[in-house]
Order: sequence, then structure tokens, then C-alpha cells
Amino acid sequence: MIRAEWTKFRTVRGWLLGLAGAVLATVFLGVAAASASHTSCSKGPVEVPCPRPPTGPDGGLVQDRFPFAHRDLAGDGSLTVRVAGMTGIITYPPPNHDEIVSGLVPWAKAGIMVKDGVTPGSRYAAVLLTAAHGVRWQHDYTHDQAGPATASWLRLTRTGDTVTGYASADGSTWAEVGTTRLAGLPRTVQIGLFVASPTNVTSTANARGGSIVQARFTQATGVFDRVSPAGGWRYDEVGDDGERTDWEKFHQPAGLREAAGKLTLTGSGDIAPGGTAAGVTVERTLVGMIFALLLVIVVAVLFVTAEYRRGLIRTTLIAEPRRRRALAAKAVVIGAVTFAAGLVAAGITMPWATRLLADGGNFVQPVGLATGLRVVVGSAALLALLAVLAYALGAALRRGLLAVVLAVALTVLPYLLATASVLPPGAAQWVLRLTPAAGFAIQQTLPAYAQVSYPYTPSDGYFPLPPWAGLAVVAAWAAAVLAVAAARLRRGDA
Amino acid sequence: MRAIIEVNGLRKRFGPAVALDGMTFTVRAGQVTGFAGPNGAGKSTTMRIILGLDRPDDGTALVGGQPYAALRRPLTHVGALIDAGAVQPSRTGRNHLLWLAHSQGLPVRRVDEVIDQVGLRTAARRRAGGYSLGMRQRLGVAAALLGDPPVLILDEPFNGLDPEGMVWMRRLLRERAADGRVVLIASHLMGELQDLAGHVVVVGRGRVVADAPVADLRARFGTLEAAYLELTRDEVAFRAEGVR
Repeated sequence: MIRAEWTKFRTVRGWLLGLAGAVLATVFLGVAAASASHTSCSKGPVEVPCPRPPTGPDGGLVQDRFPFAHRDLAGDGSLTVRVAGMTGIITYPPPNHDEIVSGLVPWAKAGIMVKDGVTPGSRYAAVLLTAAHGVRWQHDYTHDQAGPATASWLRLTRTGDTVTGYASADGSTWAEVGTTRLAGLPRTVQIGLFVASPTNVTSTANARGGSIVQARFTQATGVFDRVSPAGGWRYDEVGDDGERTDWEKFHQPAGLREAAGKLTLTGSGDIAPGGTAAGVTVERTLVGMIFALLLVIVVAVLFVTAEYRRGLIRTTLIAEPRRRRALAAKAVVIGAVTFAAGLVAAGITMPWATRLLADGGNFVQPVGLATGLRVVVGSAALLALLAVLAYALGAALRRGLLAVVLAVALTVLPYLLATASVLPPGAAQWVLRLTPAAGFAIQQTLPAYAQVSYPYTPSDGYFPLPPWAGLAVVAAWAAAVLAVAAARLRRGDA
Repeated sequence: MRAIIEVNGLRKRFGPAVALDGMTFTVRAGQVTGFAGPNGAGKSTTMRIILGLDRPDDGTALVGGQPYAALRRPLTHVGALIDAGAVQPSRTGRNHLLWLAHSQGLPVRRVDEVIDQVGLRTAARRRAGGYSLGMRQRLGVAAALLGDPPVLILDEPFNGLDPEGMVWMRRLLRERAADGRVVLIASHLMGELQDLAGHVVVVGRGRVVADAPVADLRARFGTLEAAYLELTRDEVAFRAEGVR
């Protein structure tokens, strides 16, 4: 019966054209948007290519900007400090946005680090104290591990490729916070003290829909004493772009002060994964799929409702009296053809549009082969599952227009409302958990990181569910509606 | 499979309306059997139940001793024409037959054979939406013949046929019956049935009112039409004045 249903599908030209249109819409919109997208920076009146965001050891774009007091460490060694204090400022925070206040953002950091040079993006491991999240063990931008909630003494040891961090409340009893092997670390590395103060980003609901995202300059000052071994510090602002805020120009510049065995380090920035702010994600090239989905919905619905309209369903059931099999055969065929169309569409669009984006001076978030394949194959699977859902609605309702409207209302509409910054972020996240639009999570390439204080909203490309869980939500919807259609088909007269 | 249709005690209501009220008859092989009765007498419902499309409230309908739903590759057991208009207009006639052939695991050769058999060769690769009623009728018959089944069930097969088509249809049905197959045709054309059918089942208000050889009815009433009008006198929902 599957072969018969495939014959049915391929012998109606309108349905084949609909599918071809879906592929073309994806490719055309992706490529058109990519080739129209151009990024450049200005140096005075001159347009120049933008400075490339640093790339971390795993190939992803990272943030790597912070004040660093460091010295060479040749071979094995260690560093012990006490963090005597941490203070800072936040510029014009809510509720009144009218003054610069003292305070630290939750992920402001002061700590010690082993780093493979001062080039942004180089490998590192660090044990650090945060303003609100206790002691942490962090390395290579994406890795974060919690240590004790309170401690002021920090120690870092390097043995070969292995770096280990310890924390202590009193300087005599030490607990290991974390250990990491940084494979291929050269003999001479930089070891030293650092502070970091991430930009204060907030997202508030907009009364007219969507959300307002604001970013504020912050600065932190860390005071270190009981530094052992002491002396020999060089100061660098890693990743310095030369830009200075008024606060830095007129009040408190970033830098290092040494007095009476105390080191006071001031500055801003963060050492963290790049996020969508650092560059375009590859899934943005697949925006055309939402238009492809509209066409696919119409084809999938008509594939079954046309039979009801013409009375052809009786011929189908005379040929296959086992009704659930007849229903399933059609579902398999519509799923398979839309999967193939999705695979072609995403497989062409993503590599092509990504290259065009890079040619336009845009920074594209690099993805590994496995992630890239997951996005392409997952997008095809998403299109197929949404097509099966639309088909099942058609089979359950037996009315073409009604089923198309309902399918659009369940898939395209919630996706647009949630990602186009129409709904407030909280509502958008619930929409993307419960409706079949949750499946678009399969396209998300950048994970949200708990150690970064950032409003990971759907409009920014972050979904509330993990990729495969999102796809599972769609599968559950399709299965449920298919069950309703099967029950109606089995009970009633044809 | 035995070539026989057995309808036994079928009952079916659609809401308050009684469609079938103990419909019982048997159709045997070897002759064309006519299935006659006024509109609303239950002919179509009975045929849909035989084909497993409608569910009876009570009673059974067996084809070759089995319910239709139990048949595997059903078109090789039963060929049916119930609605010649039931085609996807944008699909060609040949492709319509092709998917049916694929659904039964029949070779593509059969598609071309039945196309020749019903005389649709020149139109087979055109969109079925452009077919005349007669051509659709031929396409429907081609679909019924596709699996070379021992049982044929045709609803109003003469609809829309031109005189040449009527002759062709008559010969086709006679040949099939003479072959030892079951041929059940529902029709309002009493003249046609009188010449063609060896046996007739007349129904009214969901029950059989006569189940007899055509020769017997003609002996009693003169013509099949006279027999029909007499037998269904009290069974008709609508009748214009002046007819008997």
C-alpha cells in the first residue's frame, strides 16, 4: 500500500510542484538573505573589515577580554593568593537608570589562571571567586564547575599538561575544586591573577509586545594579598580593542596597582562562550523553511482531504480494507517525501548561504560536522513530522481549508509569535515547549550556558527545550492527532 | 475463493431513518443478477456494507464466505464500481489504475490490459478530470476488472454510456457471468435488466420484496418493469401521480 500511496502522490503534478516550491523557497530565501547581509566596521571615515571575534580551542567563537597580571611559568609550578576583596560598579541599572551604582554583577570574577599566552582565544584553566556563585573551576570558555560557596584563598598548580585548582577558607585546609588536562600545553605558559566583569544584560517585557534587551557597562576591582610566590608581574589587557568608556576615561581606568604586597586589579570583560552576539548562527540561513512549511502543510492536508472531497477515499478503502494500514501508508509516504525535500532544501541552503555570509564579512558561528548534520537532518525530520501532523489533521477533520488553517495556527503561527519578539519571553518559552513549534529547537546550534548571565530568549535563537526533546514534542503531537484520525476512520462509515 | 455473495439479516439506521431492515439475499455465479429498487430502498447501503465501507448495526455480508475486510489483495476477489466520479481530476486515467495495481501487487501489464479491454487506450494518459461521464464509467469498470476477480459489483454501470458503450457493457457482463463469475448490477433500467439478467433481487424500504429468476417474474407480470412497479407499489417514498 505504501507503493500505491507513493504512486498516488507522484501522479498529481500540483503536489510535486508544491514540494519543489518548498525546496526553492528555502534555498532562495536563505541565499537571498545571506547575500544581502554585509558587515563592516569603520575606522574613522574608512570602512574596514571588522576585527574577527576570537575562536576558542573547540572552534567556537568566544569572549576573551579581561585584565591579566601574569608572568611566565616554565614547567611545573603553582600560585596561591587570597582574594581580600571585590568591589565594582554598574552603570545606570534599573529601576531608575539614572546613576552609576556600586555593585557587582552575579558573574563578576576574581581569580587565578594558567593560560597559553595572552592571545584571545588561547587555552586556559582558572579557579576563581564570583560575586554571587561562589568558587568556580572554569577552563576553555565553555566549561564551568562549582566549588565551595565561600572561600577566599585560591591555589592553582600545573603539573605537565594537568592544571588543578584548590580553594580554602583559611589558607590551611584546602579542597580541590577541579582539575583539567590541557593537552599540548607548551612548557612555558602564563600564570597570574585576573578579574572580569561581564556586561550587565537585561531583558524586560515590552508593553507593546516582545522584549527590550539592554546592555550596561560594568567594572570590577579585585584586591589580592598573600600572593605566593610574589613578584615579577606584567600587566596586559587581554583582547583590548582600544575602546574606552567615559567611566574608564574620567574615573577609573582598567589596570594593575601594586602596594605593600597587595595587588589591585581593575577592569571589565568576560572569559566565556561567544553566544549569538558574537556571530551569525548557521540555523539563521534556514529562515525560508517557515515558508516551505506553509506549502508543505497545504500539500500534506490535500493529500488526504482531496480523497474525501472526490469520494476517492472509498476506492482507497476498497483497495485496503484494513483502515489503519491505509491511514499509516499515507502517513509514511507524506513523511518520506517531505523528509527528502527537507534534506535537499537544508542540505543545499545551509552550506551555500553560510559561505555567502562569510563572503559578506559576517562572522558565522563555526559548527562541527556532527552539529551541522544534526541541523540539516533534524530540519528535514522536523518538516516531515510537521507534514505528518498536518496530514493527520486533514484525516481527522476531512476538510481541507479547516485543516490547513488549524495546522498553520499550531505550527507557523506560534513559531512566528515566539521568535519574532511579539510575545514576552516567558510566554514565548511556554509556547515553544507546548506547541509543535517546539520542534524548531532541533536547529539550535549554540547551547545556553548557565555561567553566562544572558537572557537566552527565543527571539535570540535559544529554545527552552533541548534539540531532540523539541522534536519529540512534534512527534507526540503528530502521533496524538494520527490516533484521533485513526479512531474516527475505524468507527465510522466511509 | 467461492464465487458467491451472501447477505444475511442486514440492519442499519442513519439516525431516525431505517436504511436496512433485515436485508437478506444470496447472489450466485453463472448469471447476471439485477439489483433493483426505488431510491432510498437500501441498494447503495447494502453494496457499501458488502465492500466493507459501511458498518451494519446487525447482520453479515460475506463475499466467498468471508467478510470483505478479511480479504487480502481484495481487488483480486471483488471488483467494484460504486462511484465513477471518484477520481483525482489531475491524475491521468492510467495513473489511477496504476496506483490501484500497486496496492494489490499486480503487474503494470494488467493496467494496460484493462485499458485496452475497456477501450480507453487513447484517453488513458489524459487527466481524468477531463473525461466524459462515459469515459469515467469505463475507467471505473477498468478498475473493477484490474484484479480479474470472480465477483463483480457494479452500481449503475450503464450511466452515461453511449449506444456503442451499452452494447459493449452488456457483452462484457454476459461474458463474465458465463465465465462462472458473480455479477451483481444495481440499476433502474428495467428494460436493460430484463434482457441481461437471469435473476433479480427487488428491494424496498431496506428489505427484499422479490428474489426470483427474471423468467418467473415475466411469466407472472408480463415485463420486468411491470413486475417492479407492482412489487414496489407500497415501498416507494416518492411517486408522481398517474404512474399506476
